[in-house]
Amino acid sequence: MDAFTTLDGLVVPIDRANVDTDAIIPKQFLKSVKRSGFGPNLFDEWRYTDVGEPDQDCSRRPVNPDFALNQSRFSGAQVLIARDNFGCGSSREHAVWALHDYGIRVVVAPSFADIFYNNCFKNGLLPFVLSVDEVDRIFNEIDVNEGYQLQVDLAAQHVTLPSGETMSFEIDNFRKECLLQGLDEIGLSLQHADAVSAYEAKRKQDAPWLFAS
Amino acid sequence: MSNSTLYDKLWSSHQVRITAEGASVLYIDRHLVHEVTSPQAFEGLRMANRKPWRVDSVLATPDHNVPTTDRAKGIEETVARIQVETLDNNCDEFGLTEYKMDDPRQGIVHVVGPESGATLPGMTVVCGDSHTSTHGALGALSFGIGTSEVEHVLATQCLIQKKSKNMLVQVDGQLRSGVSAKDMALAIIGEIGTAGGTGYAIEFGGEAVRALSVEGRMTLCNMTIEAGARAGMVAVDEKTVEYVRGRTYAPKPDQWEQAKVAWADLHSDDGAEFDRTVIVDGAVIEPQVTWGTSPEMVLPVGGSIPRPEDEADSVKRGNIKRALAYMGLDGGQAITDIKLDKVFIGSCTNSRIEDLRDAAAVINGRKVAETVNQALVVPGSGLVKRQAEAEGLDKVFIEAGFEWREPGCSMCLAMNADRLGDGEHCASTSNRNFEGRQGQGGRTHLVSPAMAAVAAIAGHFVDVTQYIEAQAEGAE
Repeated sequence: MDAFTTLDGLVVPIDRANVDTDAIIPKQFLKSVKRSGFGPNLFDEWRYTDVGEPDQDCSRRPVNPDFALNQSRFSGAQVLIARDNFGCGSSREHAVWALHDYGIRVVVAPSFADIFYNNCFKNGLLPFVLSVDEVDRIFNEIDVNEGYQLQVDLAAQHVTLPSGETMSFEIDNFRKECLLQGLDEIGLSLQHADAVSAYEAKRKQDAPWLFAS
Repeated sequence: MSNSTLYDKLWSSHQVRITAEGASVLYIDRHLVHEVTSPQAFEGLRMANRKPWRVDSVLATPDHNVPTTDRAKGIEETVARIQVETLDNNCDEFGLTEYKMDDPRQGIVHVVGPESGATLPGMTVVCGDSHTSTHGALGALSFGIGTSEVEHVLATQCLIQKKSKNMLVQVDGQLRSGVSAKDMALAIIGEIGTAGGTGYAIEFGGEAVRALSVEGRMTLCNMTIEAGARAGMVAVDEKTVEYVRGRTYAPKPDQWEQAKVAWADLHSDDGAEFDRTVIVDGAVIEPQVTWGTSPEMVLPVGGSIPRPEDEADSVKRGNIKRALAYMGLDGGQAITDIKLDKVFIGSCTNSRIEDLRDAAAVINGRKVAETVNQALVVPGSGLVKRQAEAEGLDKVFIEAGFEWREPGCSMCLAMNADRLGDGEHCASTSNRNFEGRQGQGGRTHLVSPAMAAVAAIAGHFVDVTQYIEAQAEGAE
């Protein structure tokens, strides 16, 4: 997994609450058996005005000029900011793969859906929560400042605004360490295989019906 | 342990170790797998030269992409067919049990799990699907995971997790006749909101929950994720134990007493403390209908759609406006005035035998309205389908003008050919009314199976409780 340490990135605003994973990557694109290539279909139904299908040449599709991702001032954005409950709905990790493939590395919102939040960390993406007022303020500042960037420092757990002010965010230690070092969680877990085997042996005694005889 | 919640007990009994950073490593008893969220996980195993830790913990079945019409033709769409074949090949390669598309036991993974006894009380159950919360109905800790975690469970039988907070949703009183677990779920979401359960594991309790059948509890727990909570659960009681008895993967007779003793502790202790408690009066819950593009945009069937100008909060006002524009509805419109183009009875929320019985029971020889273009009944599994046919429910539906289909996720998320056209309104027993969920431009209204059936006949929403009362008076 890619490590995440710091980022100085352009911010794209998605001014909606309850942005669900069906909106982030619609179902027809989940038929892929790969992890990559979802970026052109990120927010497909909001971004394009035609019906999206897998394996289209998206550069030739009619776009919705009102949608932020289609506006040149947000081209190359690496930070996405949205309202409450971002990533709700389905557990599809394709939503995170699509954001990552598009180039997004940080998602900021007043709250996240649990599964989406968790999936981000498995792919080198940093999601973090700022208060409703802080998010509101950033939305307002983006409105009137073209090229609005945020500097994110994971180790310090804070984000620096163009004005130089900082806002801090919370993150649990395990996720922070994995992200900072780009750790392979499976490899990490397998270092403790003995503990799993020991638990399993006891479980087999306590609940033998859970194991094929 | 006199003040533990059910969630606390399930959590602590599965904790293998705690990492140096304070995260819990949980042992996973059952891993359910389907074709959409697993291919990249198997590919990851292969690339790292790893093997599944415990093959007998896995049960797989294809459900999202499968056609619900004639299975003999296979899957016509190439990418969908490749995805299902990939699941077949992965299960064959790694020696995992799979109910393949032509297996009579195939079905929606969250219907197949409890039905086969593959999900049991006291288990940890995961699946790369957010509606895994369903299995909590059996007194299990079950939650949806992403594909990276699917790979992690395959490789290590464990997950690294942070414990959620405890929430109790207590539904007191008795539900009225015609009001179902689905209405209860939607009413709760209407009350606490789609993010109300974020960061919590929810235990459902109270008289009205205890009175639900185990299948009703599955419907309730299924919708927990729509309230933002990854896991929902109900304490084990005699109904749970009887539900499980005799199923394929249930404890064998010589293990049965030991299992019953273990399961008897699967409830919150009297002194258990919850971080949040929500109390709902079940007796006043009416049949629910969603009008917008989030499950929290829900009203009793007798209600009228909110007017954006009545909402003081500007973000909420914007949400209402956007939802009404998408749904093609006006503020102030009565729910019963919404005309329907399609009706869908199915999904992991409402496709079990009791759901089909509920829907069939209110048809009563009547026909689907001519203004309804299509009315689908999609059983949750091959075994549900067979049981319904043994009871003659298929004939009730077909004679009324419904299409009787093969099992799968179908129009709940429209990955196969079953979908809404642009602008079509659908009464759907599924779980999500997001924009485009059932097809681009499609307009979903979430309801119970009985509400969907009476709506199909009327061509618009009607209050099923009034219909049931009228029927009862007619019979006297």
